[in-house]
Formats: sequence, C-alpha cells, structure tokens
Amino acid sequence: MDLLTTRDVIKDFQGHRALHNVSISVPKGSIFGLLGPNGAGKTTLIRIINQITAPDSGTVTFDGKPLQRDDVYRIGYLPEERGLYKKMKVGEQSLYLAQLKGLSLAEAKKRLNYWFEKFEIKSWWNKKVEELSKGMQQKIQFITTVLHEPELLIFDEPFSGFDPINVNLLKNEILQLRENGATIIFSTHNMSSVEELCDYISLINESKTILDGPVAEIRKQFSSDIISVGFEGDTETVRSKLNKQFEILEIRENGIGKEARIKLYPGARPNELITDLAALTTIHSYNEVIPGMNDIFIQVVESDSAKNSKRKAS
Amino acid sequence: MSSKVSLIVKREYLTRVRKKSFIIMSALGPLLFAALLIMPALLANIEDKEVRNIAVIDESLVLTSYSSGKPVSVIPETEYLKFTALEDVALETLKDNFSSTGYYAVLYIPPNIFSSERAILYSDKQPSLDVSSHIRSSIKKEIENLKLMANDIENLEQILREIETNIKVSSIKWTRGGEEKKSNTGLVMGIGYASGLMIYMFIFIYGSMVMRGVIEEKSSRIVEVIVSSVRPFQLMMGKIIGVGLVGLTQFVIWVVFTGVLVTGATMVMGTTLQQGAPIEQLQGTDLFGESGAAGAVEEFAGDDEFLSDILGAFESVEPVKILVAFLFFFLFGYLMYGSLFAIIGSAVDNETETQQFMLPVTLPLILGIILMANVMNNPDGPLAFWFSMFPLTSPVVMMVRMPFDVPAWEIALSAFLLIITILGAIWMAGKIYRTGILMYGKKITYKELWKWLNYKN
Repeated sequence: MDLLTTRDVIKDFQGHRALHNVSISVPKGSIFGLLGPNGAGKTTLIRIINQITAPDSGTVTFDGKPLQRDDVYRIGYLPEERGLYKKMKVGEQSLYLAQLKGLSLAEAKKRLNYWFEKFEIKSWWNKKVEELSKGMQQKIQFITTVLHEPELLIFDEPFSGFDPINVNLLKNEILQLRENGATIIFSTHNMSSVEELCDYISLINESKTILDGPVAEIRKQFSSDIISVGFEGDTETVRSKLNKQFEILEIRENGIGKEARIKLYPGARPNELITDLAALTTIHSYNEVIPGMNDIFIQVVESDSAKNSKRKAS
Repeated sequence: MSSKVSLIVKREYLTRVRKKSFIIMSALGPLLFAALLIMPALLANIEDKEVRNIAVIDESLVLTSYSSGKPVSVIPETEYLKFTALEDVALETLKDNFSSTGYYAVLYIPPNIFSSERAILYSDKQPSLDVSSHIRSSIKKEIENLKLMANDIENLEQILREIETNIKVSSIKWTRGGEEKKSNTGLVMGIGYASGLMIYMFIFIYGSMVMRGVIEEKSSRIVEVIVSSVRPFQLMMGKIIGVGLVGLTQFVIWVVFTGVLVTGATMVMGTTLQQGAPIEQLQGTDLFGESGAAGAVEEFAGDDEFLSDILGAFESVEPVKILVAFLFFFLFGYLMYGSLFAIIGSAVDNETETQQFMLPVTLPLILGIILMANVMNNPDGPLAFWFSMFPLTSPVVMMVRMPFDVPAWEIALSAFLLIITILGAIWMAGKIYRTGILMYGKKITYKELWKWLNYKN
C-alpha cells in the first residue's frame, strides 16, 4: 500500500514548467529515493508534498485521502537549505519547532530529553545555536525533524555537512526509523547511499519522471550481461578459444591474477562460460557485473537530455 | 491555526524584549524624556542661585542716587543680582584687573545716555539674557520716568505708580458645544510635533525590525523548516504582530516610567522650585522698582494663573483623545509599513541588498516629517487635509493635526482609508512574501516582485 502518491502533478512558474505530469508512489514503510540532477524539479515536488506550495494541477494523496492541511503534523521535513535561529538557545528553539509541529510543551520536553540523551548532547541545551559547529547543528535539525514521530519523513541531502562517523550514525537512525514503521523520502546526489538505503527510486529530469521502480529491479534491468571472471592461465588461449561464443571486452592483470570482463551474447548461458573457462584456466571468482546507481543515473539522464535538446532543436 | 500564530507571536515577542538593546532602550528612553521635561526648570534654578555683583560706572550721574550719602545705583537689585555704584574709578583700571575684582560685569553708562540711549555691559563672559534684560528694562523705565519728570507734572510719582500695568493675552477657544476653553498655541504645536515624530520613529524602528527579522530567517535558512509546519502568511503575520507588541510594550514603558520619573522629580524638587519662584518674576521684563514686596505678591498670583492656563490648555487638547489616536495611528500605520518592510525582507538575501527597495517605502514616511511645519502653520489647509487622508502619510500628518481639533469625519475617513490600504498591503505582502522567502541567490527586480504577486498559490 502506498502512503503517498502524486498523480500528474504540474507546476508552472512564470515561463518555466517545474513539474510536468509527475507521478510517484511511495509505498508505506519504504525508503524512497527521489533522484535527479540539479534543477530537475525535486525540491518543487517536495515543497508540494509539504504544502509549502500547491500544484497547478494533479493530485497528491496521503494515506488514502487527498492531502490536507493537518497532514503537516504527520510529515517531517529536513530541507536541503536548512538552518536554525542563530541567537536562540538550543533547547528553547527545539521546543518551539516541536510545538509548531503540534506537540504539547510537556510532550516536546519529554521527547527532546530522550533524543538529547541518546545523542549525548544534553550539555548543549542552554547554548546558543551560533556556538555549535555545523555538524552539531545538523544533529539538532535531525532531532527536530523526527521528534513528532511523523509517518512520512522527507530528507533532502541529509548527509551534507556530516563527517563519516556522523553519516553512519544518521544512516542507522534512518534505517531504525523505517524499522519503526516510518516511510522515508530521501533525496540525494550520493548514489552509493541510494544503493545502500533505498528500496524504491524515482528519477526526475527536466521536470519529468524518466525512471522509477524498485532499486533491485532497475539495476537488473540495466544489467548489461557482463561477467567479471578472475582466473589464472594464459591470456591468449582464453582469447582465442572463447572469442566465438563470447565478446571479450578486456583482460588485465590485477596483481593477484588476471581479470576478464566478458559480455554474454543474447541467449548465451552463463554456465557455458564457466565450463569453457574451467577447462582452460583456474577460476578464482565469477561475478555478474550489476551497474551501480551512479552509472544508471548518468546514462539515463544524459540520453534523456540529449533527446530533449534534439527535440527542441528540430 | 491561531495557536500557531500565537506561538510565533510569543517567540518574536520574547526573543526581542529579552534583548539587551530593548532593556537599555526601555531604561534610557524615560530618563531622556524626563530629563527633557525637568532639566529646564532645574537648570534655571541652579543658575540663578549664584549671586552676581555688577559694578556700575555712571558718567551720566542720573542713574545714581546719593540720598543715603553713598552713591547707590537706581537699578533695583534682586536676590541674585547686586549693583555696586563706583565713583572715580576709570573703566580702563577695571578692565586691566577685572578678574581680580570679582565682579560679574561692569555696566558703563555714558554721559549722554538720554540721547544715545545706549549703555554698555562689559564682562569676560557672555552675560545671561536675564541679566541684560533686567538691566535694560530698569534703565529704560528710569530714563522714561526722568523724561516725564522734566515736564513738571504734579504728583508724578503717584501717577507713575498708578499707571503700572501688566498685560497678558490668554486665548480662549470656542468649541461647538459653546463652551469656552483656554488654549495655548505653543503647547498644541509641541504636542503635534512630538506625536508626529513619535509615530514616525516607532513605525520606522519597528517596521525595519520586521524586515530584519524576515532577512534573519531567510539567511539562516530556517524559513523552509518553519513553513513546512505553518503557512508563510501565518509566519509573516506572527512576526508583524509580535514585533508590534514589542513596540507597544516599549511605548507603555516609556510613558509610565517617564510619568513616574517626572512626578518623583517634581516631588523631590518641590521645595527648591518653590524657593525658585521669585526668580521667575525676575526673569519677567516688568519689575516694580522699589515696591518689590507688593509686586512679588502680584507676580506670584500671575504665575499661578499662567499655570492654570497651561493646565487648561492641556485639557483643551484632550490628552485621552490624542493618546487613543496615537495608539490607533501607530498600530495601523505600523501594520501597513510593517507589511511593506516584510516584502523588502523577503525579496533580499541580506541587509545590504535592501537599499533599492527601501526608498519607495521610506519616502512617504519622510515626506510626512518634511510636511510637518507646513501642516502646523495651516492645520486645516488643503495640504494638511490631503496628506492626512493619503494612507502612506496619514499616520504622521494626522497626528500632527490631531491637537488642533480635527473634525470627526476627517479622522473617520482617514482611519477608514488607512484600514482599507492595510488590508491591501497585507494581502500583497502575503503573496510576495511566500515566494520571496524561498528564493535564494537571485537578484530581485521590481518586475520579479510583480511576477510573484501574480503567482497562483
């Protein structure tokens, strides 16, 4: 079941279409990656979901019903452009933001106490925000985003400004939140974290969705039938014997032994390659090369942009 | 919805009234105002406590009396002003060792005082106005008397005493109800100036405080976090209301503490002021020569009357009405300018970029101040009328006119136009603001603002 769906969302700014018929479906309890190059329209879509701005046409459905004003209490948003009141004290500010998200003062105090203890930052309570480092401020922002225990969390580039240790801490927190039943929309340019965290993605380019679905399926769909084999044996023999059935892309020494990248022709069976190779060499490893999200991103976006500019030109 | 606005109002209010600058302003304001009110009286008191001795060299001899055997100047001395008639002392000698003589000044009366009508007061400092006017009027009177005596009129001295007159002009305003009210043009103008300036100051200070608040939220990048919880319009109104309440608090603090300080000061200084009362008559130009005691009593009565004049005049300008009008024009003028300042804040990334948008907003405010003198000269003229109707200048100009008894329908019309404009200004601000606050790193033009105004939601 989907917690959030958008259908054919269109948003125009004067002389510029930011979103064109964008539809996404975010399954409940999943981590959903919202991807796209800068200026593709991700932030506009996120702002529509947060009701900061409204779509010109199209619908947004939250938990089975059209999105309503009160749904802001059920959504937590960590924007890419984020900050805190610099002159305000950490505790006071956290309480204020929590109350704006509908928590009572007492409840906000209780929950903040829990989080501040968990992150071991209780001593920051009476400090002014400007006294904290950027990483420390990010922690406060994370806490205030999740404090009201929203069903939908939207993180826009959450890891920017964190050191690797804190990135790890945050990743674990995000996974923990999903574990506890939250649904997460995750927008980032960091493709390795997409592979690591996301169950589903939607890729927006030039205001349109150009690719979406479960991450595993997409990667399989983009798999190019390339096998990477590590072996020990004579390179030339392998080349001459396998040349007819398989396309040998490259063979190189890699220090331990040799590594060949071999493409299977359509209809070819991977097992044949193993038997043939086993007869000629000692096989150390055998892997299907699955393309990373990074490669997929670049490939899809570049071909789409090329198509668009060709269309515009004609 | 309203609970969120009140949360925002609370934050905006509390963070500002807890600031050091607010506390300092709250303390300094009343001190300054009280000082302005009390100082003149206090200074007059202190200054005249010093006894000044003036040497008189009378070469005309007509202004010196020898009835007691010794030469005595006919210029009447007062509690703090003594005159010593000197004989056979050359002006040059006095000049050479003036500082060692201890005299405050040397009055030189030339032989031909009748024709030249000029005496000279020498001193190493600028003699105070009181001193020179006392001398001037005394000599004038004496010479006039002497000239009259030359005409051989019988019982002249008695006649002179009888014709002694002291004229004051009190103005009385006829109100529509047929009542007579004492009025005082100076006081009315003072109140007009003061309230016009105060309105201008408050609108300016607190309007730009709204602007800086909006810029702070934009540049610290907290604004997107907040508008994911509340509508941009709520955030804007919360800020405008919160800052407005800060202004109101400041105003009330100033009024109350100035009142307390002035009352306290007058009570403490009450006795000294009473002692100082006779000095007041010295400062008056008409002195009564030898009949000092009787004159003082009369003068005192006159002073009392003057005081009741002022009080009467103060009542005639209706302080309650002025105060109510002040609060109205402050709050509504502030609401209008506050939303215009919010527009500026939302359109820029930092304070240095505000310049290009500030001028059109501040121009009408400054215009109001420039027009003050003109309005004051002719508070019922067309200039005063139209600028007290035009909503961008009406808060300042109407407050200047207010003590001059403006017809009720004019006040009502001005208030009505102001409220209509405020609704328009807030609507416009809301539309521009919600786009502007999420716009970073872009050079904004008026054309751009116009586009934002026409965006759908």
